[in-house]
Amino acid sequence: MATLKEVQIKITAVKKTKQITKAMNMVATSKLRGAQQKVEAFRPYALKFADVLGSLAEKAGKEASPLLIPREEVKKIQVILCTSDKGLCGGFNSHLLSMVEKFAKEKSGQNIEVVFTNFGKKGRDWCRRSGFTILGEHLGIVGAKFGFNIATVAGQRTVDGFLDEEYDEVYIVYSKFISMAKQTPVIQQILPIQPIGLPEKKVEDEETPYLAEHICEPSTDELLGDMLPRHIYVQLYSALLETSTSEHAARMTAMNNATKACDDMVDTLSLAYNKARQSSITADLMDIVGGAEALKG
Amino acid sequence: MAGNIRLEVVTPEASIVSEDVQIVVAPGSFGEFGILIGHTPFLTTLKLGTIRYKAADGVEKAVFISSGFAEALPDKLTVLAESAERRRDIDVERVKQAIKRAEERLAAKKPDINFEKAKAALSRALHRLKLAETK
Repeated sequence: MATLKEVQIKITAVKKTKQITKAMNMVATSKLRGAQQKVEAFRPYALKFADVLGSLAEKAGKEASPLLIPREEVKKIQVILCTSDKGLCGGFNSHLLSMVEKFAKEKSGQNIEVVFTNFGKKGRDWCRRSGFTILGEHLGIVGAKFGFNIATVAGQRTVDGFLDEEYDEVYIVYSKFISMAKQTPVIQQILPIQPIGLPEKKVEDEETPYLAEHICEPSTDELLGDMLPRHIYVQLYSALLETSTSEHAARMTAMNNATKACDDMVDTLSLAYNKARQSSITADLMDIVGGAEALKG
Repeated sequence: MAGNIRLEVVTPEASIVSEDVQIVVAPGSFGEFGILIGHTPFLTTLKLGTIRYKAADGVEKAVFISSGFAEALPDKLTVLAESAERRRDIDVERVKQAIKRAEERLAAKKPDINFEKAKAALSRALHRLKLAETK
């Protein structure tokens, strides 16, 4: 009889877990919607910015800004690592971290010191465990509500540090949102700025030759110098948005799977419960029948 | 006036203005400039200040912007600002608080505060307040 009770307790427990995972799934869904709206809101700005920057870069000199010039010797690099603050989102963080680990190992092998700036607690904890130097940490941002000023402040610091030669290259690691089912970790070099290509020509551009005869004020080079740091902020902001969106999507999938697993478990356990109940009934009946037979004598 | 020019004010977080207007006056870093329809393509940085424009129906409106840049095409003026706020959206109470905070920070003269940053915050807030009060 004890097993019957045990199975029943287990079923209740699994059902409760299911309630939690289902709630988390719904929360992630609504947060994902918010994050996607932010991505949508950012798109017009990002597109226009890329347009203007691309055509400016084409006209300006290659050495218009120190941010464009690669260092001859790279001794120290900074990695801006975007992860989530919280767990329970499947392999989301471990995918990011295993890629970073590989990358850091490769760089260390070349005698390059790697330092980190962390967005998100999971990444920071990993850095601490692995004994990397942490330049700065920003918690409570990824996956939450944040504004462009977060990117501006952090980006400013990154640019300043680069100009002061604290580090020679800066990379950003984030999770690119591809679809609900797929988020890919990405490493991208943001400083020195890679040559900026024109965004792909759209059909309408052919009719109006773009920016060919713009008057620029101040000069093209100065304008570019002013825009490049912003280019960093824009990249940082978009990386943070992508990571947030990915985190929610990953959590949604993970929680959905967990809910399904709970259903399966309840099914299996119910089956076990019914079997146990049936066999105890059968045993009872056998007893009674056996007793009656004995009385008949 | 030959017609209206399209004004778009966009920030990373939202599109603030998108309408046809008669004239725009914006704070360029080399001084204020006015834009009408048919302007030569023109690209400039903007400093902290106010963009004033006259809507198609003749109503004068104003938008506060912190630094950014503007691109003028013959039929369109796009302003990319890091933050922007329409005059009627400015929350005077919040701005006053921001001014107080910034002043306190400047007055404290602690070595660990970023003087430039506090100063920038103060001038942003003062600008907003000025704009909100000229209703």
